[in-house]
Formats: sequence, structure tokens, C-alpha cells
Amino acid sequence: MESIINRINQQKFWSFHGGVHPPEQKTLTNQKPIKPLSLPEQLIIPLQQHIGRQGDLLVQVGDHVLKGQPLTKSTNPMAVPVHAPTSGTITAIKHSVIAHPSGLSELCIFLNVDHQDTWVERTPCNDVATLTNQEIVKKIADAGISGMGGAGFPTHIKVDTKPDINFLIINAAECEPYITADDLLMCEHSESIVDGIKILNKLLNPAFILIGIEDNKPKAIEALKKATAGIEKIHVCVVPTEYPAGGEKQLIQILTGKEIKSGTLPIKEGIIMQNVATCYAISEAILHDTPLIQRVVTVTGQALEKPQNVWALLGTPVHYLLSQCGFDNQGMEKTPVIMGGPMMGFSLPTDTVPVIKTTNCILAPSYKEMPSAFEGNSAEVECIRCGQCADVCPTNLLPQELQWSAKAKDYPQLNKLNLSDCIDCGACAYVCPSHIPLVQYYRIAKAEIRQQQQQELKAEKAKARFEARKQRLEKEKRARELKHKKAAEARKAAMNKATPEATEAKSAVAAALARVKAKKAANQKSPSSSAISAPVETTENQDNKKAQVAAAIARAKAKKQAKPAPEIDAKENAKVEPSNTDSKKAKIAAAVAKAKAKKSQEKAPIQGQEQNQEQTDSLSLADKKANAIAKAKAKALAKKQASSNNDSSTASDLTIASTAESEPAIDEKDAKKAAVIAKAKAKALAKKNKESNTDNKVSEKNTVNVEPRKVQNTSETSTINDTNNISDKDAKKAAIIAKAKAKALAKKKLATQSVSEEKTMHEQEKGAK
Amino acid sequence: MTLLIAILVFGLIAALFGALLGYASIRFKVDADPIVEQIDAILPQTQCGQCGYPGCKPYAQAVADGEAINKCAPGGEDTIKKIADLMGVEAEPLDESHEKDNRPKVAFIIEEDCIGCTKCIQACPVDAILGAAKQMHTIIADECTGCDLCVAPCPVDCIEMRVVPETTQNWLWDLNSIPVQQID
Repeated sequence: MESIINRINQQKFWSFHGGVHPPEQKTLTNQKPIKPLSLPEQLIIPLQQHIGRQGDLLVQVGDHVLKGQPLTKSTNPMAVPVHAPTSGTITAIKHSVIAHPSGLSELCIFLNVDHQDTWVERTPCNDVATLTNQEIVKKIADAGISGMGGAGFPTHIKVDTKPDINFLIINAAECEPYITADDLLMCEHSESIVDGIKILNKLLNPAFILIGIEDNKPKAIEALKKATAGIEKIHVCVVPTEYPAGGEKQLIQILTGKEIKSGTLPIKEGIIMQNVATCYAISEAILHDTPLIQRVVTVTGQALEKPQNVWALLGTPVHYLLSQCGFDNQGMEKTPVIMGGPMMGFSLPTDTVPVIKTTNCILAPSYKEMPSAFEGNSAEVECIRCGQCADVCPTNLLPQELQWSAKAKDYPQLNKLNLSDCIDCGACAYVCPSHIPLVQYYRIAKAEIRQQQQQELKAEKAKARFEARKQRLEKEKRARELKHKKAAEARKAAMNKATPEATEAKSAVAAALARVKAKKAANQKSPSSSAISAPVETTENQDNKKAQVAAAIARAKAKKQAKPAPEIDAKENAKVEPSNTDSKKAKIAAAVAKAKAKKSQEKAPIQGQEQNQEQTDSLSLADKKANAIAKAKAKALAKKQASSNNDSSTASDLTIASTAESEPAIDEKDAKKAAVIAKAKAKALAKKNKESNTDNKVSEKNTVNVEPRKVQNTSETSTINDTNNISDKDAKKAAIIAKAKAKALAKKKLATQSVSEEKTMHEQEKGAK
Repeated sequence: MTLLIAILVFGLIAALFGALLGYASIRFKVDADPIVEQIDAILPQTQCGQCGYPGCKPYAQAVADGEAINKCAPGGEDTIKKIADLMGVEAEPLDESHEKDNRPKVAFIIEEDCIGCTKCIQACPVDAILGAAKQMHTIIADECTGCDLCVAPCPVDCIEMRVVPETTQNWLWDLNSIPVQQID
């Protein structure tokens, strides 16, 4: 520490590895004062002008805003707000090409200038000592200040109190050719800059403040020395001119001899660096309550008649700056415009892009000056392995090796070669005798590595979510199984209880089973007679009421089997239903009878049709709709009751019951629609139920396979018929519902098919045994 | 006597090493096949099932058991190359049954058409769809892996796959910037 200060006092500094001495070209602009510009007609203000995130919009199209009024609000610590650079009306908020090498569009605010330049109300502060550090940091954040040297890191994060700062380094090196913005700012506003440094001193309380400045700016050095005279903490350190002495790590090495380890920040060594222009912006923000709305931009290049530094409002289109400096684009070729310096800048896709917080230079070179900018990258030839790039690399990398790996997309190797330490300075490309645009290869590789890392992170997250989901599904499945098991046990217990009801139920089930068996035997003996015997048998064995119910249901079922037109048997069912709600036994019998009837009906469809005819006669057309609804309802109810005996109580039953119930109160159109829906649903359920009721007979397979198709057809065709006279919206809704249902049915069909196939296979196996 | 001593000594040594090996096999036991984990780490974890397996891990297991390495469509050539390196086999071109276009995509629900059937929610392998029965659903774009699995179950075809737009955040540099030239 002592030795460092001794050396600084003697103005003896360290040096960094490599470095180049490109022609400075600063004389184009460094003799002229900073020119204030007249207001342009329109400003384009990108919401994001720095590294990090963009803030939330505070204004709308059509709003009139005053100079210095915030346009966005920062909610994220990495977001800084942007402000209206002058008063005017917002005409649009839309995507527009921004100052980015990609030429991509980002959200921008278009401000039509009213030339009044009316300020928003400001509260200047005369004494910094009255403010607490928190207040200062908040003011810096609210003023929208981000690093103005190049990267644009939000300043308020960098200055937010950190312990034990040894060195605060003010970067005034400005090492890149052509650029003189900081130079002129120091010449003209050294007092304000020193005020800013004092504020930073209050915030960070460093042991020493070093201003690093290259020796090619004698006027600025003079001005700074004058402004800092009498302040012992501040040392103006004049360093030899060499590119890239203004790089953060390079300047630290020059001034303190310390090398910042790869992958760490200077704060680890107790060092913080700020740009001079940032210091100026801080002093403006704190003392004059002026947010960051303008900056010094060097507009230079030999294609301009009057290259000069200008005070440019943020959002000023580049073509306006160029026209103010005598840009003549009448030549044969379109002059390329470069934002930033010749070493690290990028050519602009169009000249309508706006100036942003990090724009320090607009360069319009002539052909003689920079032919490569006109010709693209055709000059590249093979690497001759001269090694000059490694000699000039300020970060001690091996540019040639990096180049091979970057071209081969060998990212692990690039990481091994510490590509991430490359500062994009372009020194290697500058000395390359083969004109290889080395930096571009590194930039591509860096972007791809970054993307790959993001993808890896995303994959990691997706994997975690997938695993979590799998676990959850497993858990749910186990819970469901447990529930079913418990329910089954409860049922068993209820059955085994010695209550009269239970015994009755049991005996009824046993009787039903016996009947089914007997039926089966009879069927096998004389299949032709079974159709008639089915209903007859049941009536013989049961008491009167029960028999009637069973017969009625059986008939209804048979009809449905024979003929898909579903309206017919509703009357029967509806009549039967109320009488049958009291007895559990009757329910079971009915279910069994249903199954039987269906089976027999398959074998004798003709008879069923005869029965149909008889009943349809008695029905008038007008009743049909209402009947259909009633039928669906009744069926759903019956199903519900049956399923409480069975095991198949599912959510779908409930939905159907409820939809069926809710439907009938509506007008005709709706009723019609509802009927169709109910029909389709009831059918689907009936099918499901049959499946569970009948034993696993191979013949069943056919019915099941045929039915869904029928259902699908009816539901589709009838919906289409209906929709003809309904309004558009309803039609759409109905169509969607029908479609969804049809899909579901088709799927169910597939499932049943596979189930029945399985069953057949089982039977075959059994037979084989 | 000498013979006996020799037998005894060698027997002891054998027993000692046997015990040592036995202990090591228990102490340093490897639970799962590490190659499966390594392959799984290479796979893109979209859980899309385009390989014919229900997720990336099952495919990793299958590859370890000798399945073809060129079935991961989202991973593309890069993933195939990495697996080939890992397994010490030749890299093959991507299975031709897959689409050629493997730009990153995310699913998008056309919300006015959504009927709230929850079918896509059940299909999503990474729980990236938010919604409830009869409520409009939406995709959490950040969590979506672009696997395509929610598109088929939608009864009203209101889900489509959209290519992730290029922004300044995910832009990959191209060579349109200026190279530096000596200026006289």
C-alpha cells in the first residue's frame, strides 16, 4: 500500500502486457468546444439503454411530458429509469431499431419535441452533507445513471455502500482513437466532475482516489489538477498513452500493479472504478436534480465537414447529429456509420438509431480513411501463425489458439483458454497481418457459450420439474389406490353386517348372479329362443312390481340397440323411474335385466324392431325433445344409483347428472341442443355401464365397438342440424363441445377395444389350460 | 515344513486381499450405472418423447442398453456428437423420421379458443401450463421446453408452437461489425 502511494507520488506506474498504439486521430475534434445542439423534431428513446433490464412504462401515447420527467419506473435493482430529454408529446410507443450491433428492434418511446423545453419541477441541493448515503444512492438510481464508459452497468449498484474501499479509480484514460468526449468534458466541466468525485468519496469513503488519465490530454490534465488542488486524497495520475489503457483491469494494473483474478470483480481487491462522465452525471443529478438526459458525443470522421463534440440529448437520431456536423452522403457509396470507436464499435444498420446512455462516439469515416469498413470482411486470409496477436493481448490470452477453437466451435477448449477474460479490445485484430477479424470470432463464440449455459440451466430446471411431476403423479396414484381399497373394504363390511337390509341385498345379488348363469346355460343350449325367454324368465322369478320395471328397462334397452334413433323409448323410462327409486333390489335386477336384454337383442334384432314400432306410434313429435331430456336425466340418475352399488362412481357421472338437470329450463333452441348433448353423454355412459355389468363375453366386444361410432354420428349430425337455426356464437360453442365429445368417445372406444381384446385373450388362455 | 509355511503364508495373503477386495466392493459400491447419468446430462431434458421413450432419462437408459443414439430431435447434431464421444461410437445423422426444423420453440395457447378442458395440462411433462377446469389456460413460456406434447391432446386445436423470437438478449453475433484497419 505504502509503496503503491510512493510510486504514484513519483508518477512511476506499472504497465500491462501487450497493448498497441493506433493512430489517435483525436485532433479532429479535441481543439473545438462542445457544441450545444438545437432541438431535433423527434426523439426516439429506447426503454433499455444499459446492461440489465428495462423498467416499466409510466406514460401512454398522447401524453405530454416535461423535460426530465421519468418515462419508466425501475422495479428491478438492475433496471434504471429513462427520462424525457425535453418537453413534448409522446406520439408512439413501438419497436424500433436500436443502437445494437444486431440491428434488432426494441421497445422505444417516440417523443415529438414541442421546442418549449419546459423543465419538470426540480429541487436542487446545495449541500451534499445534508443528504444521507441512502438518499444519494436513491437519487442516483432515480436519475437513471448507468456507467457511461461503455458497458453501461447501473451506477447505483456499484456505489451502494461497500466496506473497505482502498482505491476509487476515476477512469479518464479514454484510450480509443478518435474519441475526445471525456477529454472535452474534463476541460470544460472539471469543477462538476470533482463535485461528483466528492459525492462518490462520501458514499464509498475510499483510502485513495486516483484519476487515471492518458498523457495525450494536456489541457484536461491541467484543468483537473487545478480543480483538485488542495484535496489530498485525490491524485491525478498521468499514464502513458497506450491502447487499451482505459480497460478496467488494465487501468487498475497500471495504477496499482494489482492484477484482478480471472472471473472476479475489482471490488474483491477493494477497488472501484467509475468513468469521468459518470462522475459528471452524478454531480448533475445530486446538486442540480438533473437526470441523465444528455451526454457528450464525439461526432467525427473524415466524411464530415465539421467534426465536433456535441451535447446530444438521449434519443437524438444519429442522422440528425451527422447533419449538424456537415455530413455529406452524396458520394457514390453509402458511407458506413460506426457507433463507438474504431476498435470496439459496430457499424449501424440504419442512421435512424438513437443516441443512448453508452454512446460516446459516432464515426463516419471516408473511404481513404477506413476502406475495410466499406468492403466488408473480404480481406481475411489464412493465419500465418506469426504470434503478434499474443504479443499485444492485454489479458495475456492466446488469440491464435482461441481463433482455432472458436472456428471449430470447441467450447470446452475455449473455456480452458479463458475466453471469458477477453475484453473485446480488438488489439489482436488490429495487428493481424492476415486481417482476421479475431474479435468477431470471439464475440460469436462468447454469445454461443452464453446461450449454451442458459440452455443447460433450462434443461436442469426442466429435469427438476419433470422429476417433481413424476413424483406427484406417483403419489396421487397411490392415494387413489388406497382410497379405492378403503371404499371396497367398507362396502364389504357393510355387506357382511347382519342387518336385514344387507342380507336382502346379498341374496338379491346372489339371485341375480344365479339367473345370469342359468341364462347363459340356456343361451348356449338354444340361442334362437333366448330372445323371447329373457324377459319372460325375469317375470317368472320376481314379484310383480320388480318384474315390470325390469321388463320396461329391458325393452327400452333393446330398442336402443336395434335402432340408434334415441328419442323413442324415453317415455317408458321416465314413467318407470319414479316407482323404482325406493328399492335397491329393483335397481340391481334392472341392471341385470338390461344386460340380458341387450345380449339377447343382439341375437334377435328383428324382434326388437317390432317392439319399437309399437311404442313409437304412441309418441307425438312435440314430446320428443322433452322426452329426450327426461330420458337422459333419468338415465343419469339410475346410473348414479347403480354405481353406488357398483364400483364405478366417477366424476363424469356427476357432471352428466348435473348438466342434464340444469338444461331443461331453457327455451326451445337450447333444449334441443341440450337434448343432443345429453343423449350423447347418456349413451357414452350406458356403454360404460354395460361393460361393467355384463360378464366378459366375447360377443360383447362387437356391441361396444359399434356403439361409439353410432353415438359419434348422432351427436355430430344432430348438432349440425341444430346449428343451422342458431346464432353463430352458439353454433361455435356447440361445435366445440361436440368435437371434444367425439374425440373423447373415439379414445374411449379404443380403450374398450383393447380391454375386450384382453378379455378375449384371457378367455383363450383359460380355454387352453 | 517349508511347504506348510509357504501354503500358510500365501493362504494368509490371499485371505487378506480377499477381505480387502470384499470390503472395497461394499464400501465403494456404485448404485446406478453412471453412464446413464452422463447421457442424461447431455440430453436436452425437453421430456418430449420424440425418441419413443417417455422422457429423457428412459432414453438415456435405452442408449446405455444399446439403443440408437440419433433419436433425440431437440438435441440435434450436437447432442448426437456428444453421446457418440461419450459412448465411443460413430456419430450418426439424426433419425430421418424427425422434423428437420429444430429451432427453439415454445407452445402458445390461443386463449379465446381455449375451452378449459385441462387435457394439455395433463400432457405437459414439466407442468408449464397453468389453468383449471373450465378456466382459460396459458403457457408459462419460461418453463416450456417446446416438446410439442400438448398440441395433440387439445380438442379445439388452440395450441400452436411458435419459434422463439430473436432479441438483443439471445442474439448471436455475426460478422457485420467493422474490422480495424491501419489508418495513415
